[in-house]
Amino acid sequence: MSENQHHIVPVWLYSLIGGTLLVLTYVTYKVSLIDLGSFNTIVALGIATFKATLVVLIFMHVKYTHEKMTKPVIASAIFFLILLLTLSLADYGTRAWS
Amino acid sequence: MSDSHAATAHHPELRHHFGDMEQQQNAASLGMWLFLVTEIMFFGGMFCAYLIYRLKYFNDFAAASQSINVVWGAINTAVLLVSSWTMAMAVRCAQLGKRNLLIIFLIFTMIFGATFLGVKAKEYHDKYVEHHVPGPSYEFKDKLLGHSDYVPDQGHTQMFFSIYFAMTGMHALHMVIGLGLMTYLLLTAWRGKYSSAYYTPVENIGLYWHFVDVVWIYLFPLLYLISRK
Repeated sequence: MSENQHHIVPVWLYSLIGGTLLVLTYVTYKVSLIDLGSFNTIVALGIATFKATLVVLIFMHVKYTHEKMTKPVIASAIFFLILLLTLSLADYGTRAWS
Repeated sequence: MSDSHAATAHHPELRHHFGDMEQQQNAASLGMWLFLVTEIMFFGGMFCAYLIYRLKYFNDFAAASQSINVVWGAINTAVLLVSSWTMAMAVRCAQLGKRNLLIIFLIFTMIFGATFLGVKAKEYHDKYVEHHVPGPSYEFKDKLLGHSDYVPDQGHTQMFFSIYFAMTGMHALHMVIGLGLMTYLLLTAWRGKYSSAYYTPVENIGLYWHFVDVVWIYLFPLLYLISRK
């Protein structure tokens, strides 16, 4: 009845994403051994965000979903998460710690 | 197949308040995402606490992070990523109505999930033996790599381990719940509940499993790799 309504992701794409995630895990470990100063944190979080994006888009099918509200719901979650983190860090980062 | 035909001979899993199977599937998927959003904010609070203390106690956090075995952490990351691949394959097999392959991939996902928890238990035991579990017997004697003159603060490193156990503990609890959900999927898949027309529980528990994977994708660099040079 609904076979043609659901996008079937090919095995090679799942495997490519899985392999990329494993390679990036190795890369993030190797980069942590190099002294980049404060950029170490930025690179580590950047790689993690790229990996998370791959998982969400492909493994979690967000790229292919027909449900129109899924992407706005995820975007709002990311927005409020960033709001929580940046405002808290801006406050604690500029405040005397006693 | 036309809509009129679908209405007369509808799928047994189609609830009466949905127009068709696709609408039902989309509604269930959106509901799962709304739940995952609350999970993102739940873990987000702990990530926020972690970032604030890391900013303030950076050297102590770096020293404490160096005392965790990065090899076990990396192995566990790989195990969890592979389990996400097997879960994605399980959902794919459900979409194609391949019952036997679905069962096989679910079993592999459970094996990898259990392996992750086993390694995590070994890591917790190491920390217990080293007196790195926050509490009365806590003692941190390690030095910061490359800064042998710096004496890490007992309270500040203890804060790192409090956050470490809280975050990895909540993550591990999610894994245990995930394994319980997998068991349910395995039993129902065995009975042939899922077909290419109806596999919503497989899809949604898959979403949950991938979400737990995403949390670990952030936990690994933040807890294990603060400063390794």
